[in-house]
Amino acid sequence: MYVAVKGGERAIANAHAWLEEARRGDPALPRIAPEQIAGQLTLAVDRVMAEGSCCDRELAAIAIAQARGDLIEAAFLLRAYRTTLPRFGYSRPLETAAMRLIRRVSATYKDLPGGQILGPTFDYTHRLLDLAAAAGDPPPAPRAPADPAAAPRVTELLAREGLMAREEASDAEPPDLTRQPLPIPAPRPARLQNLARGDEGFLLALGYSTQRGYGNSHPFVGELRIGWASVEVETPEFPFPVDIGEIPLAECQMVNQFHGSAGAPPQFTRGYGLSFGHGERRAMAMALVDRALRADEYGEERAAPAQQEEFVLLHSDNVEATGFVEHLKLPHYVDFQSELENLRAIRALKEAAE
Amino acid sequence: MTDQTAENAARKAWLAVLARASAEEIEARLAEAPPLPPHSLLRGPEIGLVMVRGRAGGDGAPFNLGEMTVARCSVVLEGGAVGHALRAGRDRRAAELSAVLDAALQDPRLRPALEAAVIAPLAEAQAARRAAEAERAAATRVEFLSMVQIR
Repeated sequence: MYVAVKGGERAIANAHAWLEEARRGDPALPRIAPEQIAGQLTLAVDRVMAEGSCCDRELAAIAIAQARGDLIEAAFLLRAYRTTLPRFGYSRPLETAAMRLIRRVSATYKDLPGGQILGPTFDYTHRLLDLAAAAGDPPPAPRAPADPAAAPRVTELLAREGLMAREEASDAEPPDLTRQPLPIPAPRPARLQNLARGDEGFLLALGYSTQRGYGNSHPFVGELRIGWASVEVETPEFPFPVDIGEIPLAECQMVNQFHGSAGAPPQFTRGYGLSFGHGERRAMAMALVDRALRADEYGEERAAPAQQEEFVLLHSDNVEATGFVEHLKLPHYVDFQSELENLRAIRALKEAAE
Repeated sequence: MTDQTAENAARKAWLAVLARASAEEIEARLAEAPPLPPHSLLRGPEIGLVMVRGRAGGDGAPFNLGEMTVARCSVVLEGGAVGHALRAGRDRRAAELSAVLDAALQDPRLRPALEAAVIAPLAEAQAARRAAEAERAAATRVEFLSMVQIR
């Protein structure tokens, strides 16, 4: 039997009206403009952009304002918005080696070509809550003559010595998870796309677990690069790949020990993280999980949660996860009624038997 | 052949500069330039998405990183020259202006004045912004001191 239940329209309309008012906050205070969110809460914006899988700081800022600062809700809004837009094409693979860097550190080499550039980092701050921060603008940051020297990849330095597994040179067409379901077992390009838009908290916890012994890794940050990369697109209108502008990126090369196997000599292996925006924690966590998921490639036993491809990839997406968890609060009156009747019947049988 | 290569390089460069300029910035430069020929729209201006690709490990197999918003436009000038624009973001007005400029810049009679009044100043402003960021970054470059103790 199907019982249609109607009602609640007025309650819903009033709830949404209150949501509007609650979102606005105290009308005596100025409304926060999306430009302010994009300019001052940049890392929140970047997280939404990465998890919403849509690189546009303005849109992510609007989504954050609309979501009252709930970043998962904001990512959801961004994902929903992107479905309304046509896809014009694919970019050429980003040349991250040529990134315009605002930060670049390596934990493996002190002196490396291109140097260590700290950039606008939280590292080495004392994490003391600054109760006076709202008073006045800071002085302009110091400047020094820029060094135009190239900053080659650390992984390349090791690869030249044969101590680092090289990436397979390939131009194979990658699967696109916005157009096709996730294949399991998943080829690495599908895994990377999944992780790139995965929930930062989930990636962080899994990455952390590999450091604590669940996955047998001893990682070093070979290199962390934060900056801007030009995007090029090949399209029939232009007789060359056209440069459409720059996007903010965070990239992490994680270097891991590998003891060698029958097929491969002992060497370092790598995990890779790449993210829209300047969120470096997310790129680092992604790189740890990417390496853990390469267990089969290196003949490692898949024993830890971070190595369980199906588990990791099917639970990384916070838009999917929040949809399924949060639907539980919507009316389940009929389902629950049947459970209730079942339970009563079982109890009655048991009481009759006693 | 070399002419075509140089022509493409010049066009690629002005498109990159226009892609990094807002509609307001382009309009401000156009106010100082000779008027653009009238145009009609062939397509757009319209917004959409481009799927951005990376490579595993930075240099391995391609993968789809995620999408970015883009605006595109195609125009034809009076006289038949066609121009296109494809640029990051959702600025339709900037896409249309870029497409008109792309068409006009391909006309050797119009190019010198537009290069001087629009493209060169925009490129200069963009280079200055990049330099300002590079100089701040350079100020955070670490100079290591080795502390060696010899007894």
